[in-house]
Amino acid sequence: MTWIGNNLGLIWEQLREHIYLAIIPVILGLIISVPLGYVATRYSWLANPLVAFGGLLYSLPSIALFIVLPAILGTKVLSSINIVVALTIYTVSLLIRNVIDGLRSVPPDVRQSAIAVGYGSLHRLVAVDLPIAIPVIFTGLRVVTVANISMVSVGAVIGIGGLGELFTLGFQKAFLTPVVVGVVLSLALALLADFVLVTLQRVLTPWARVAAPVAEVA
Amino acid sequence: MWQYLTDSYNWSGNEGIWARILEHLWYTFAALGLSVVIGLPIGLRIGHTRRGAFLAINLGNAARALPSLGLLMLAVLLTNQIGFLPVLIALVALGIPPILASTYAGISGVDPATIDAARGMGMTGREILTKVEIPIAMPLIISGVRSATLQIVSTATIAALVSLGGLGRYVIDGLKLRDFPQMFSGALLVALMALLLDAMFALIGRITVSPGLKLG
Repeated sequence: MTWIGNNLGLIWEQLREHIYLAIIPVILGLIISVPLGYVATRYSWLANPLVAFGGLLYSLPSIALFIVLPAILGTKVLSSINIVVALTIYTVSLLIRNVIDGLRSVPPDVRQSAIAVGYGSLHRLVAVDLPIAIPVIFTGLRVVTVANISMVSVGAVIGIGGLGELFTLGFQKAFLTPVVVGVVLSLALALLADFVLVTLQRVLTPWARVAAPVAEVA
Repeated sequence: MWQYLTDSYNWSGNEGIWARILEHLWYTFAALGLSVVIGLPIGLRIGHTRRGAFLAINLGNAARALPSLGLLMLAVLLTNQIGFLPVLIALVALGIPPILASTYAGISGVDPATIDAARGMGMTGREILTKVEIPIAMPLIISGVRSATLQIVSTATIAALVSLGGLGRYVIDGLKLRDFPQMFSGALLVALMALLLDAMFALIGRITVSPGLKLG
C-alpha cells in the first residue's frame, strides 16, 4: 500500500500513456473504417475481400506487429507510433465488418425515401445511413476499444506499454503490488470506456426505445 | 531477416527454430486443451439448462479486458515460480472465456421448436444435447475455439519473459541483444503459426459441421 502512495506520480503517468495509446487508435480506426466501409457498400464486390483481409490482419499476434512495424514504417523500435499504428490496424480490421454490416442494415425503403426527399449521397450517408448503422458500428467499437486497452500492455515487452510497464516493473522486482495495480486499473479503464460507449450510443440513438442488444460473443 | 531465416544453422539443435516451433505448439495446445476441458462442459451445461447465463455472457466480455502480460506476471508472483505453470495459468485464463461464451451462445441459440420436436420423438435430455444441440451449435463452438487459439498462440510469445522457450525467445532475446533480424524472424514465425492454425480450424469447422446446417 505504501508503494502506491509513493508512486502515485508514476501510476498516473502510465495510466495517461495507456489511455492515449488505446484511444487514439480507436478514433483513427473509426475515421478510416467509415469511408472504407462506405466504398465497400457502393462497390459491393469489394466487401468480401476487405472483410477477409481484415480477419487475416486481426489474426496477427500483437507482439509480432509491434516489432515488425518499425521495419516497415522506418520508425524506431522504441517509438509509441508503432503501438498506435498496430492498434489502428487491429481497429480497422475488426471495425470494417461492422461498418459494412451496419450500412447494409439500412432498410431499402428508408434509403429510397431519403433519395425521394432529395438527399444527395453524402448528405444521405451522414444524415440517414450512418445514424441507422450506429448500433452495429458501436457493437464493433466496444469490442475493439476493450481489446485495445488490454493489448496496450503487451507493448511493455518492447518498452512502451502504459500500465503494462507496471507489470514488468513488478516482475523484475518480484513485487506483487504494481502488477495488481496495473491489472485493476487496466480492467477499470476497459469497463469505464465500455460504459462511456454505451452511454454515447444511447445519446446518439434517441429513437431506439428498446434496450441495448445483448452483448455479442467473440 | 532472410539471412537469419535461411541460415540452416539457425534451424537445427535444441535452440533451433524447429525446436522453438515445437515448444510453442506445445504451450499452445496444452493451454488450448485445458481451456476446452474446462470451458466446454461449463458452456454446454449453462446453454442446456439456461442457468448461469449471466456468468457466461459477462465472463466473455470481462476476459477481453484482461491484460495478458499482467496475468502472466500475476501468476508468476502468486505461484512463486518461474516456468510452465504460470504460463499455463495465464494462457488458460485467456482461453476459457471465448470457448465458454461461444459454446453457451451456440447451445442456447438452438430453436426451442427443434428441441421440442426432439423431445416429442422421445429423446432424453442427454440425447438432445449430443444429437441435436451440439451439432447445431458446432459452428459457434468451433469459432470460440478458433478465437481462443489465436489469443493463446500470440500470447504464448510472452512465455519467453519467464525464461521458457517457444518462438517468443527470438523476440525477447533479439530485443535484448538489439539483434533485429532475429526479433523480426521470431515475430514473423509467430504470425505464420497463427495464420496456419487459423486456417486449420477453418478446415475443421468445414468438416465437422453437419451437412444439414449448410442448406440454410
